[in-house]
Amino acid sequence: MVCEMETDQIEEMDVEVLSSMWPEDVGTEADKQFNVEKPAGDLDTLKEVTIEEKPTIADLTRLPDLLNSTHQGTSQLTNLVKQWEYMQDNAVRLLREELKILNRQREEAEAKELKIIEDYKFESNEPENVPVLDETSDLFRKFRQKKRDALVDSKRIEIDEEFDTVAYWKQKALSLEKMLEASTERERRLVEKLHESLKTMESHAAPVQELTQNLNRAEGFLHFILQNAPIVMGHQDKDLRYLFIYNKYPSLREQDILGKTDVEIFHGGGVKESEDFKREVLEKGKASKREITFTTDLFGSKTFLIYVEPVYNKAGEKIGINYMGMEVTDQVVKREKMAKLREDNAVRKAMESELNKTIHITEETMRAKEMLATMSHEIRSPLSGVVGMAEILSTTKLDKEQRQLLNVMISSGDLVLQLINDILDLSKVESGVMKLEATKFRPREVVKHVLQTAAASLKKSLTLEGNITDDVPIEVVGDVLRIRQILTNLISNAIKFTHDGHVGIKLQVISEPSFARDNALNADAEVDNGLTETSVWIRCDVYDTGIGIPENALPCLFKKYMQASADHARKYGGTGLGLAICKQLVELMGGQLTVTSRVNEGSTFTFILPYKVATSDDYSDDQDEFSDMTDHQSEPDDTTEGYFQFKPLLGSIYSNGGPVIGNGFLPHKVMLTTSPIKLINGFVADHSNNTGQSEMVQVENGGYVDETKLETSSGHCPESAHQYENGNGRCFSKESESCSSSQASSEGGTLEMESELTVSSQREEEKAETNLTEPSKPKILLVEDNKINIMVAKSMMKQLGHTMDIANNGVEAINAINRSSYDLVLMDVCMPVLDGLKATRLIRSYEESGNWNAAIEAGVDKEILENEQVCVRSTNRLPIIAMTANTLAESSEECYANGMDSFISKPVTLQKLRECLQQYLH
Amino acid sequence: MDLVQMQKSLQDYTKSLFLEGILDSQFLQLQQLQDESNPDFVSQVVTLFFQDSDRILNDLSLSLGQQVVDFKKVDPHVHQLKGSSSSIGAQRVKNACVVFRNFCEQQNVEACHRCLQQVKQEYYLVKNRLETLFKLEQQIVASGGMIPAVELGF
Repeated sequence: MVCEMETDQIEEMDVEVLSSMWPEDVGTEADKQFNVEKPAGDLDTLKEVTIEEKPTIADLTRLPDLLNSTHQGTSQLTNLVKQWEYMQDNAVRLLREELKILNRQREEAEAKELKIIEDYKFESNEPENVPVLDETSDLFRKFRQKKRDALVDSKRIEIDEEFDTVAYWKQKALSLEKMLEASTERERRLVEKLHESLKTMESHAAPVQELTQNLNRAEGFLHFILQNAPIVMGHQDKDLRYLFIYNKYPSLREQDILGKTDVEIFHGGGVKESEDFKREVLEKGKASKREITFTTDLFGSKTFLIYVEPVYNKAGEKIGINYMGMEVTDQVVKREKMAKLREDNAVRKAMESELNKTIHITEETMRAKEMLATMSHEIRSPLSGVVGMAEILSTTKLDKEQRQLLNVMISSGDLVLQLINDILDLSKVESGVMKLEATKFRPREVVKHVLQTAAASLKKSLTLEGNITDDVPIEVVGDVLRIRQILTNLISNAIKFTHDGHVGIKLQVISEPSFARDNALNADAEVDNGLTETSVWIRCDVYDTGIGIPENALPCLFKKYMQASADHARKYGGTGLGLAICKQLVELMGGQLTVTSRVNEGSTFTFILPYKVATSDDYSDDQDEFSDMTDHQSEPDDTTEGYFQFKPLLGSIYSNGGPVIGNGFLPHKVMLTTSPIKLINGFVADHSNNTGQSEMVQVENGGYVDETKLETSSGHCPESAHQYENGNGRCFSKESESCSSSQASSEGGTLEMESELTVSSQREEEKAETNLTEPSKPKILLVEDNKINIMVAKSMMKQLGHTMDIANNGVEAINAINRSSYDLVLMDVCMPVLDGLKATRLIRSYEESGNWNAAIEAGVDKEILENEQVCVRSTNRLPIIAMTANTLAESSEECYANGMDSFISKPVTLQKLRECLQQYLH
Repeated sequence: MDLVQMQKSLQDYTKSLFLEGILDSQFLQLQQLQDESNPDFVSQVVTLFFQDSDRILNDLSLSLGQQVVDFKKVDPHVHQLKGSSSSIGAQRVKNACVVFRNFCEQQNVEACHRCLQQVKQEYYLVKNRLETLFKLEQQIVASGGMIPAVELGF
């Protein structure tokens, strides 16, 4: 009966839950859950107030409907109900079990009662009839009472009275009655308990409470999870109006949001996009995610990952969307950073590989260039042999035709040699091997020498002039060899393309050019060599009145192997490398080479270079050490002379050769007095005060000097007389005060041909040399301690047609030089007793002072020197060529610093010796 | 062996000396200097080189064998040897001398000993090879042949 009642109850409750109670409750709960319960602060209360005051807000009223009308809502309810049912079932099962137990207990109790009653019936058969005595019964009762107390658990009735007596029965009846009472009492209590438990069961089983608990739990769970999550959730209807929103950190109040669309609420970037996205989801009916960056006034720039899903009602119609957004700004920033890093990485890798490629190409190029240089070098050696032999051949007896052919051969060979030298120069500059030397030099003298040298081989009636402004320092520091190379190149170029008029060099100091200021740091680093001189920029113009350069040819003028036009190349010859080398050299020295030109009017090549200005202290020291450039007792005028002119001779009988060198504009000054040896060496020095000594050399050197040497000085009448005595009759113009030509007059016919073949001046000189060395061989001294080296060098000299004296160390060398006059000394640097550098210094000191005091001080045998001292005195600077074991720049610097003129790196080769002899022996 | 073959093998042998770096182009310079007026020039120079070098190496061994090595004595010897080897084109001897001199500057006795061994080794190598070369040449001359000219630029 109890069971039935309970099941009825459950069914009743079920019905109730589904029908009425659920929606209101859930609605409230949900509202609380999502909107009301905020952690802390003023907002909380505000929110709560809002909700309580306005319970009619769309979401509160609509959410239950929503939940009821959509699948999601019903499924949620179904779940809850199912859960509740399951729990009810469980409770019922438990109750049933308890009931079963109670029933069993009751049955036991009933059975016991029955038995007792039976017992009683059986035993009271007789006592019913037994009369009851008051006393005895009293007694009996007392007794029984005692007994019961004693045997309470025995459950047996023990009667002390004698069986079948009145007392006995009385006693028994009493005890039985008591047992019955107890049993009844127990039964009552059980029933009570049963009722009680039924009651509690009733209260526990209330479905509303169950659901409330569940909901509380769900709410707690959601709160726990969502407490600090940067999440916004919401539901929007199909017009995308918010029906419901949950925002952890709201910046807008409910009423500002609900019932409105995104576009109505926010303004700024991303709003439209998100709206479109939501609409798209709504239309497609497919949940999807997207990342949208909002830039709104409300919360700045933030990126949200938005999940939107469509919501259907039970009829399957779309009624709106659910949307959930999570702020991922930081992640996006990180991700973007990562992407950027990855991108950078990729770019860097690409660049790296590109760079590697470039390096590879550069290496290849370098290797190719190196190979070219090596090849050029390899070609040069045998070629110089060919040319050399041809030259020797030209000194033999040949008929005119043979000579012509031979000259073509020589000039072609020369051209190839020049080309190869240029290539070697270029590759040296390009590969950075070319080292610049910083030596002091006098720009005026360099200009003068360059013009002089050019004049010496001039075959046209051109006026060569040099003009140096007063502000150009007397001495500057720079790589004089390279500067001279540039000047020579530009001048010979100018002469080549000029048929009449004049060619000249102009030097002036300018302020620091703009291009240099940009590279100021680099330039400083490059030029700075520990000296503390101030810098000066000198602009050098090399101008001519030649054929000029058409404008369209200017850009490629400085390119390798390019000439203004193919016609020019044919007409004027040349390698097309000269200007390229000049440009590279100028740039290497931190300067700039430019050109301006007008066709048929002439061209001007301008290079601007920085120089250090030598300090005056160094100047005086330098006089002793670098005397090759300067005369020891030069007139003060000479060092500051700013104008030179080399004019063609009027009516010269040597129309092909002999240029006239003079200083027509400054006739009172000694401009140029030149010893032929010096001129040809390229180390032209002013020996105006040494004319007496020079004459001695002339005598010594024999006839060939007679022909070529013309030394005059306008300030000295006797010298002028001497000039005429020599009987050259070359100088018709009074303004021509000095002339020098190494071309022998006997070569006149040859020279005419050569001019057509553009043979370089050097070659002519060399030819003259080979001609003239026949009668008197130049005296060469080799200073070397190594027997093998001596043997090899001697043999080479022999092959070159020379003999040599040998000195085994510096002291022997000094003695030898003291004894006889030499034209060239080849000096080993590293020697026992006295090394080459010291020996050279002593020789230079002797040349200057005319005595060997320095040598004697240095410990060279006094007697020998003193004995010989008076007899012979060297008058000219003796060319001393160092032979060094290594060719590093330091070493060559050392050689120059000690007064040597040049150096040959060891091992000595035929080629090196030949070049050296060509340069220094004439 | 017939003459042509001998000449061929001499050429190959010479070439191998250059390829192995035992000789460099300076040796060609010597050969260029040899002509009718001086037919034995190369062997004369080389013989002089051998004599000189034997002496130098001997001196070097003695100097380096001293308790206290006097580098002022050692260095000029090495310089001398460097100069002569460079002059005849004994490239590897020269290179070894360059290294040797560096250690002389550093006064590194132990390294100098090593260098001396290296120089000796290279010297005996070039000596051996050159002697063989001359023998080959003599054989050719003895068979009435010409010494083939050394090819340039291989």
